[in-house]
Amino acid sequence: MAQLVSASSSAPANVAGESRARVSAGRLVLTTITAATFAFLYVPIFVLIIFSFNQAKSGATWTGFTTEWYAKMFANEDLIEAALNSLLVGTISTLVAVVLGTLLALAMERYSFKGKAFWDGLLYMPVIIPEIVAGVSLLLFFAFIGLERGFPTLLAAHVAFTTPFVYLTVRARLADFDRSVEEAAMDLGADEWHTFWRITLPLLMPGVVSGALLAFTLSMDDFIISNFVKGVGWNTLPVYVWPQLKRAVSPEINAASTMLLLFSIFIVVLSLVLQRRQSRI
Amino acid sequence: MKSDFAIELVDVVKRFGTVAAVDHVSMQIRPREFFALLGPSGCGKTTCLRMIAGFEQPSSGQLLLQGKPLGDIPAFKRNVNTVFQSYALFPHMTVAQNVAFGLEMKGVGRDEIRRRVADALDLVRLPQMADRYPKQMSGGQQQRVALARALVNKPEVLLLDEPLGALDYKLRKEMQIELKQMQQQLGITFIFVTHDQEEALTMSDRICVMSTGHALQVGTPLEIYERPNCKFVADFIGETNFLPGVVTEISGEYATVNVADMSLVGRLGEGVTLGASAWLSVRPEKMQLVDEARANPSALNTNSVTIDSVAYVGSDTRVVVHLGGQRLDVWDENNISTLDPNFYFRAGERASLSFPADNALVLVK
Repeated sequence: MAQLVSASSSAPANVAGESRARVSAGRLVLTTITAATFAFLYVPIFVLIIFSFNQAKSGATWTGFTTEWYAKMFANEDLIEAALNSLLVGTISTLVAVVLGTLLALAMERYSFKGKAFWDGLLYMPVIIPEIVAGVSLLLFFAFIGLERGFPTLLAAHVAFTTPFVYLTVRARLADFDRSVEEAAMDLGADEWHTFWRITLPLLMPGVVSGALLAFTLSMDDFIISNFVKGVGWNTLPVYVWPQLKRAVSPEINAASTMLLLFSIFIVVLSLVLQRRQSRI
Repeated sequence: MKSDFAIELVDVVKRFGTVAAVDHVSMQIRPREFFALLGPSGCGKTTCLRMIAGFEQPSSGQLLLQGKPLGDIPAFKRNVNTVFQSYALFPHMTVAQNVAFGLEMKGVGRDEIRRRVADALDLVRLPQMADRYPKQMSGGQQQRVALARALVNKPEVLLLDEPLGALDYKLRKEMQIELKQMQQQLGITFIFVTHDQEEALTMSDRICVMSTGHALQVGTPLEIYERPNCKFVADFIGETNFLPGVVTEISGEYATVNVADMSLVGRLGEGVTLGASAWLSVRPEKMQLVDEARANPSALNTNSVTIDSVAYVGSDTRVVVHLGGQRLDVWDENNISTLDPNFYFRAGERASLSFPADNALVLVK
């Protein structure tokens, strides 16, 4: 009897031991690959941050710690102006794109009309059109209608290439939107206006917010299209940074990039916080 | 002028493209009535409900709420409220906010809202749930919130679109009783859409049976079950045997049908004419099986049958018999207690099947 018990209890123990060994081998491989991927993604960024504190004027050799480049960066009026331009264009174009993209998504989701698939496809196009093509075409178009390059053309271009991204994120949110909640609101006495502000928009908000953050990031980040359509004296940050790099990688640019990175992290954290607040829904 | 009816549908048609989802439907729903729209999916019952709510406009015909035409009054101005099949609770609002929504839209004062929301949550027995979000509740609880959210507005008519469909069997039974009690307590007209005939029979004051856009019959559960006016209703509600034949005689309230050379008599149904083909419809529990030796073969509706199969199910024994080439279901009530296995008929034996003329109906084929 005792033998029977021990035999039956040791067999499963063996199996468990073996599978545990296999699990830990698999775990080792996955951990290594994951760590390597993280390193691949983030080591260059860390190098950038470290070198923004490097004393040497150029090159990639460490000569000592300094915050001089940050002071210089904040004293560089052109750079600050370009950064402010970027913020201005990013903010205004995001606001416009959010309104346009959300309304577009509602219209495309809610109404059926002739050739809907075609028009829907057209809204995906700007996402996949090469930026250089978009830049050239916008430049040509502004010249064609006789619009001088400057803040308006820059803003129009940014609205044009960010709107589809807002549209796509809001449309994705709408795809699993239960319309009976809108009917329930109407049933309870809410007219279209109240239904939209109290029910539809709050429920679409996660899509609208991620669309807005995406649009803002893309706008802040854009170089190619901006370079084509910006007017003289209307530099955005990436447009300003690029010619500086043609000479040498200046630590001042490293500092500016680090600031931009901090700003991006702030945006990501903000979006996570907003999503966390929405997740109880 | 005050109307005798809470809701009236007058020759209502609703077309979606070329398909008529509701096809010339007229019905009158009385105040304080528990009224069921019963039918299989696609019969037009939900479309009727949605037209009353104001989510759909009839293609033609008229809807009246307490005698006043609803016309194109939008949903948000109609004093009717809906409990949706999916509950349709607002996921970004707490239970209390959900229930308060309708009152807020009507501009009711804050203190009154607070009081009425609390009352409504008491009514559905969820007073401690006010600050929960719908996601944090079970299906049964969400359903109660949906009910509270509608009832807090004191609607003239409450519309319920298969509200119990998503609940499990036990909860469903409980809610049936609770809903019925609530309706009687509040004195509100309930219009209840369901495809479950048992639910309709147990809860309703009256039932409208619908099929393919038509309102076939409106009546009390008793009328619908005992006097179905057509084959569809007889078939959809409960179990029924249908025997095809030709009407050979009509006398008073009865008609004689020739079924495979047998003359069977049943109550005369609507529109049945002499010489026309018809169905003799008789429910399985409304027939008797007896030993041939004890039967009087010349009595009305008495015929010799062959027992095909016998299934003992406790409360009754379900027998399939052959009558002139037709298979018939007979449910024989077990009103004698015995352990003798040979007590009852066995497959292959012969027996005498009979039923009174009042237990059968002759329906238009």
